[in-house]
Amino acid sequence: MPVSVYIGTPLRRFTDNLARVEVEARDVAEALNRLSVRFPGLRTELFDEAGQLRRYVNVYVNNQEIEDLAGPNTPVRDGDEIAVVPALAGGGDGAADGSPAAPARERVIRLTPEQVIRYSRHMIMPEIGGTGQRKLLNSSVLVVGAGGLGAPAILYLAAAGVGRIGVVDFDVVDLSNLQRQIIHTTDAIGRPKVESARETVRRINPDVEVVPYNTALSSANALDIIKDYDVVLNGSDNFPTRYLVNDACVFLKKPLVDASVFKFDAQVTVFLPGKGCYRCLYPAPPPPGAVPNCAEAGVFGVVTGLVGAIQATEVIKLILGLGEPLAGRLLLIDTLAMDFRTVKLRRNPNCPVCGDNPTITELIDYEAFCGVPVLAQS
Amino acid sequence: MAVEVRVPAILQPVVGGQKVLRVEGGTVGEILDRLDQEFPGVKKLLLDENGEIRRHINIYLNDEDIRFLQRLETPARDGDVVSILPALAGGGGDAV
Repeated sequence: MPVSVYIGTPLRRFTDNLARVEVEARDVAEALNRLSVRFPGLRTELFDEAGQLRRYVNVYVNNQEIEDLAGPNTPVRDGDEIAVVPALAGGGDGAADGSPAAPARERVIRLTPEQVIRYSRHMIMPEIGGTGQRKLLNSSVLVVGAGGLGAPAILYLAAAGVGRIGVVDFDVVDLSNLQRQIIHTTDAIGRPKVESARETVRRINPDVEVVPYNTALSSANALDIIKDYDVVLNGSDNFPTRYLVNDACVFLKKPLVDASVFKFDAQVTVFLPGKGCYRCLYPAPPPPGAVPNCAEAGVFGVVTGLVGAIQATEVIKLILGLGEPLAGRLLLIDTLAMDFRTVKLRRNPNCPVCGDNPTITELIDYEAFCGVPVLAQS
Repeated sequence: MAVEVRVPAILQPVVGGQKVLRVEGGTVGEILDRLDQEFPGVKKLLLDENGEIRRHINIYLNDEDIRFLQRLETPARDGDVVSILPALAGGGGDAV
């Protein structure tokens, strides 16, 4: 009895449309080689010029990824099933004007030797391993704001190997930012923050794609931008954006890692779809002028680093499915006492956005919502 | 022992700069009244004209939001911690 090879649909045009082919082989490499001898068109699909298995081709033996076994040298016996499935995610059709489709985004399946070294401190932990690191490389996070919270968060997400990081910020780097926004440097003053962030990330980790959105997030663009990401991290600095990001994440069912800082104190939480939202916590914003911002009150720079890193920690935990998320809890930080407490957060069944009978089902005018005195809200 | 009231940074100026106040136990409403006697104006920042907790403020008894307990009637005893948490947005520049 030979080994059975299941051919993923996109490859069947090279195998005379056969979904299953049998070969004699002692390991995966030999099986795929023999397959390529029998179906020559398959060779360049599976192997690169150096004869290495292409990074975007998934290979399984009896439903286990060969990455978790012995790679291409994984031995196979009669009766085993090898499955060969390319992992191209999306790509879509060509544009309406006839121009070709953008190349499909390759999903990272196999780490390069350099990546194995870069992420070795993650991968040697059984809780993460190669599987976890690949999840990070294939994940996407949207960071709203490249300021106090966004800066440290982006740095750690990039270092950890999050494959795609979207950064939304319409502002330029200012000298007063440098006391805490550690992703920006003195020579970046005057440049758009998203460009500065992208440049710093490029030097830290070339595996990471930073997608800059040099614009303000608004009701007109929020859904469109957020839909392409797995997790959202809120580093915004004003109430209208806070409510906008919240509502958009509820509508799109995206996990939201939220935080805010005031002088020496901070609050952090995670909103998971269906488990409550920012409006459950604060149905209405304070009256304008009731809460000073950092320019008015000042802020203890290091606190933003601490909090942004906590946010990045929560994002990475969500991507990896590790530990307990800060969902259903609000973490309260008092850095002067170095005191950390949590209070319970619950979903409000009457929440207008995420409750049992939502009355807000579309993005609204958030400036008006935050500008109108609280008592006038219905 | 008494009830510990934790005051957030943004409200500390109103209570003489203090972060932690100790008051005699009672309902949360009674505690706010007592605070207001010592620091006039505190109550108005936390409660609206109808005597309801303002919607951008949350008050916790230990780790539970009093909205899910008995709201202002929630009893606080010696050793309990009452925390006041207003919404924060952070940030800088000309944001709202």
